[in-house]
Amino acid sequence: MKDLYENEMKLEFLSKSNNEAFARITVAAFAAQLDPTIEELADIKTAVSEAVTNCIIHGYEDREGIIKIRTKIFRDTIIIEISDTGNGIENIDKAREPLYTSKPNLERSGMGFTIMESFMDDVKVESILGLGTKVTMTKKIKLLNKEKEEELKDSLLFT
Amino acid sequence: MNIEYDNKDKLLVIKIDEEIDHHAVEKIRRRADYEIQRYMPKRVVFDFDNVSFMDSSGIGMVVGRYKLISMLGGELSMINVKENLYKILKMSGISKIIPIQEVKI
Repeated sequence: MKDLYENEMKLEFLSKSNNEAFARITVAAFAAQLDPTIEELADIKTAVSEAVTNCIIHGYEDREGIIKIRTKIFRDTIIIEISDTGNGIENIDKAREPLYTSKPNLERSGMGFTIMESFMDDVKVESILGLGTKVTMTKKIKLLNKEKEEELKDSLLFT
Repeated sequence: MNIEYDNKDKLLVIKIDEEIDHHAVEKIRRRADYEIQRYMPKRVVFDFDNVSFMDSSGIGMVVGRYKLISMLGGELSMINVKENLYKILKMSGISKIIPIQEVKI
């Protein structure tokens, strides 16, 4: 089957908190080619912001490290991988629980993973203690654009 | 960040002018706590009219100020909350404790 969209980008930056805005804006700019609604774009920005903040606060605990983002677009779906080579998560299930935070003294709400899960369609977390963490988030962007629907129809006809 | 204090009503309005993420909350928190302890207001309003983005760092920041203000005997509310911010505030459950005066669509 012919692929409607296939595109990819990679981003690497230092784990500095002023890169949080850069990361979410860059991923949103890349996602814009799928013609998302304003709400879908806001969801992606928020989920990216949560994942990058986790890398900085928990992965590297404010040490300097590299955060990597790899974003793929496949047909109408965006796949965003955000990884660090920091501390790793001891108990992933616990970390994903709403309101759980390992850093209550920093006024963290413990809502990071809950927000990622509810704003994206799928969130996968892989982590090895001492080696790092990778979060993979997937979101399907609904087809709104008429032209895109036509293209999709065509691509289905000729396969 | 813009601060307005009405001495007659003991009302402190804190208007935030930036995207609220982990990077921004440190500065917002320090300034807000300073103003709250300086004026000891009866009512504090967070005005989000100029805030286009907020992640879960904002929830922690708002809850932290709520605790401080409550301890000092005051009340906190939020105004001009955009839809994307409202979504997060509602999800965290804090919209049940801290009243939102107006949601902007």
